Amino acid sequence: MAIPQKKITAANIFQWLWKWIRQLCEWFIVGLIYLCGVSSIIFVFSIFYFVFREGAPFLRDCFDFKNFFLSPEWYPTSISNKRYGILALLAGTGSVTIVAMLVAVPFSLGTAIFIAEFCKKKTKEAMKIVVEILAAIPSVVWGFIGLMVTNPLIVKLTGAPIGLNALNAGIIVGLMSVPIIVSIAEDSIRAVPDGYIEAAEALGATRWQTVYRVILPAAKNGLLAAVLLGVGRAVGETMAVLMATGHSVNIPFNGEFPYFHALESVRTLTATIVAEMGEAPRLDAGMNGSFPAEARHYQVLFVIGIVLFVITFVINTIADLAVKGIRQKKV
Amino acid sequence: MVNENRVEIRNLTVRYGKTISLHDVSLDIPRNKIFAIIGPANSGKTTLLKSINRTLELESGSSVQGNITIDGREIHEIWNVYELRRRIGMVFPLPVGLPLSVYDNVAYAPRMAGERRRKVLDEIVERCLRQAALWDEVKDRLKNLGTMLSGGQQQRLTIARALSHSPEILCLDEFSIAIDPVTTMRIEDVLVQLKEEMTIILVTNLVQQARRLGDMTCFINKGRVVQVDTTEVMFSDNPGNQLTYDYVRGVFG
Amino acid sequence: MNNHQPEISSALFTATVFTRKKQRMQRIVGIVFGIMAVAILIPLFVLVTYLIIRAWPSLTWDFLTDVPKNGMRGGGIWPALVGTIYTVTFSLLIAVPIGVMAGIYLNEYAKDSWFTRIVNMAVVNLAGVPSIVHALFGVGAFVLFAGMGKSIISASFTLAIMTLPVIIVSTTEALASVPRPFRTACWNVGASKWQTIRTIVLPNSISGILTGVILQVCRAAGETAPIMFTGAVFFKYVQRGDFFPYHLNEQCMALSYHLHTISTQVPGVPEPMLYATAVVLLGFVLIFNSFAIVLRVYMRNRKKW
Repeated sequence: MAIPQKKITAANIFQWLWKWIRQLCEWFIVGLIYLCGVSSIIFVFSIFYFVFREGAPFLRDCFDFKNFFLSPEWYPTSISNKRYGILALLAGTGSVTIVAMLVAVPFSLGTAIFIAEFCKKKTKEAMKIVVEILAAIPSVVWGFIGLMVTNPLIVKLTGAPIGLNALNAGIIVGLMSVPIIVSIAEDSIRAVPDGYIEAAEALGATRWQTVYRVILPAAKNGLLAAVLLGVGRAVGETMAVLMATGHSVNIPFNGEFPYFHALESVRTLTATIVAEMGEAPRLDAGMNGSFPAEARHYQVLFVIGIVLFVITFVINTIADLAVKGIRQKKV
Repeated sequence: MVNENRVEIRNLTVRYGKTISLHDVSLDIPRNKIFAIIGPANSGKTTLLKSINRTLELESGSSVQGNITIDGREIHEIWNVYELRRRIGMVFPLPVGLPLSVYDNVAYAPRMAGERRRKVLDEIVERCLRQAALWDEVKDRLKNLGTMLSGGQQQRLTIARALSHSPEILCLDEFSIAIDPVTTMRIEDVLVQLKEEMTIILVTNLVQQARRLGDMTCFINKGRVVQVDTTEVMFSDNPGNQLTYDYVRGVFG
Repeated sequence: MNNHQPEISSALFTATVFTRKKQRMQRIVGIVFGIMAVAILIPLFVLVTYLIIRAWPSLTWDFLTDVPKNGMRGGGIWPALVGTIYTVTFSLLIAVPIGVMAGIYLNEYAKDSWFTRIVNMAVVNLAGVPSIVHALFGVGAFVLFAGMGKSIISASFTLAIMTLPVIIVSTTEALASVPRPFRTACWNVGASKWQTIRTIVLPNSISGILTGVILQVCRAAGETAPIMFTGAVFFKYVQRGDFFPYHLNEQCMALSYHLHTISTQVPGVPEPMLYATAVVLLGFVLIFNSFAIVLRVYMRNRKKW
């Protein structure tokens, strides 16, 4: 094509420069966007790296699978014989999570089904807002509620000697994981193609039959993801369980009926880190490259951090894969 | 200006994933003519337009082979793709008013190209809206949202926007779907005038529209060019190809 | 229910026993689910009301603007309030640009490939990492490795990375709600991707993005564990009503940590004060949250297309 020959004037040069400056700015911004886009990958890796870095000396020198995972003896500050067994802490996390899910799953799924299928639009909006408010309450406030409100309540109702126990923390954590379960479950119920529902209703099925026979089976991946994310939330919860579990190293499971004693105080992985981090000193290696025994406590807390990271990573990845299923169907 | 043809397409093959939507298409589109493309749904007409202004490469999963030249320049070698797109006006079947005022809708393209002088923009807006037969209806509400206009008005707004950067080639893809017959006739008149200034590629599913407007007509079926010829020949009793004859007479399609 | 049957009803339209059974079942099930839904909501209202009632005697203007006295057993919460505002503001300044740009990347630039899937998975995992692990990360990366020490700035960085997914996810959703034809229309007239985003996509999704930002504020204000070892301090002397008491490189008090310490570490704090601290924190978060809700309702009513 014939490009009309432009005269070289000051105005033209200025215009040309201006165009290039704008172009450069644009490239710069787009570059930044790409960088930020991959930042979350970088962050996840650096979380793992930095936590691992601090815990590495313990893993190298005194990590022993059997003594670490299968021993209930958690005596990190004992003078003569320091023992780092996290079985009791795992049991504590497990017991709180079990109670939390027993509280949260039925109610959350019920709520999700109610919101998605049984109520009018206005009610739906209101319910969603309330669920959101539930999600916004800070975990330390939940912990405070566990300490000040449900603690005496449990003592009064069950006659347990102390109200700070797995049951208390479980109820609190259960309430905390309701919002995430409800929102993911509701999403996945709504992602069921309208055609399925219309077909079922055209055949004369009632709402309940449709829900039970058509929607729930079709949405089961999403519901599984919702429950898994709830579990992830419960495992990772820190402040509320610190304040509401009673914080004693204890395995609430044994052979006696009813096998699971929810009214006993427990201690979780997360609460252990938060409670002991302040007291554990970070000591450097001595001249010969070996760490003093006192340094291990700090390091083992980071190892617990790695354990938590791995647990939640696995749970979230599975949940994400399950959710991917529904997302793709939606499109 | 030796070359008579504005756009030359050679051996163009376009794939979306595994499906081939254009198969070895070669076309010459002459200067300052209305080039009509007809063909049944899903035959790759829209894809052809998208590959001319290279918006196809923004869609995931598409791959393009073959050459397209505009005025002898291979478009896949053009480094500044935005410059290319500014030389091609594009109107798609469903009207899209941007969520901006009517004025900003039309002034959008010049502004993105760096034009900031109010006077120039005013002129462009008025000229384009007049060309698109919309000026009289909206001249008192240039500040209103473009998305609040009626469907037909929005389509004319889209045409005005496509004209706003003074394209050399105007591609219209079934522009009359969303507008009433009277407006369609007015726009068709506009097109006939515009062909003095630019080359127009008109994709249409209305065979009669192609007959009314087209200087050349091309019939595409299932991603292949069946026949290209002057409109008179294509719509004559003996176009030389049974498929074309059948389609033009409405026997199939 | 024993409704009076209209007399003209023919046999064809009267419900059979079976249908009536089905309908009753349907009603019962609806009620059961409704009860379940209400059952999780009632504790919310009961708890919030209870907290407010118990806190009432202490909830005064003085409580907000005074400094703690008598070893936390009296006075107010001003330093903690300001500290929370500090950490939240700085975490906001860090997280919003990164989060919004990451959202733009995910929705506008990322192609549908394995790499994008990994990025998405990273976002999900970042959101799912327990807050205490974030705290450990903050200690390892900012306090020790970057040499920022225990300071407001390390705490803000830790909070920012923790709350990043909130902003990313809501930005992505807000951008996705802008119809795609707008974008193609812009590309067709020669606008570049970034120009399209700047002129059309962002202005029309800004309220959605703001919602995400507000939710980020809520989360950052409420978190305790991540700031406990990166920047929060038990007590710091601050003048009453002083708005700029902290330097970025020193530690500060924070409302959430303050609530934790006075309710578990300090014996003999008067109960109304405890409740009042909890209510102030809760109020802070809920007020911001209701902003987000109002914004969303407003946004829905002001559709431009």
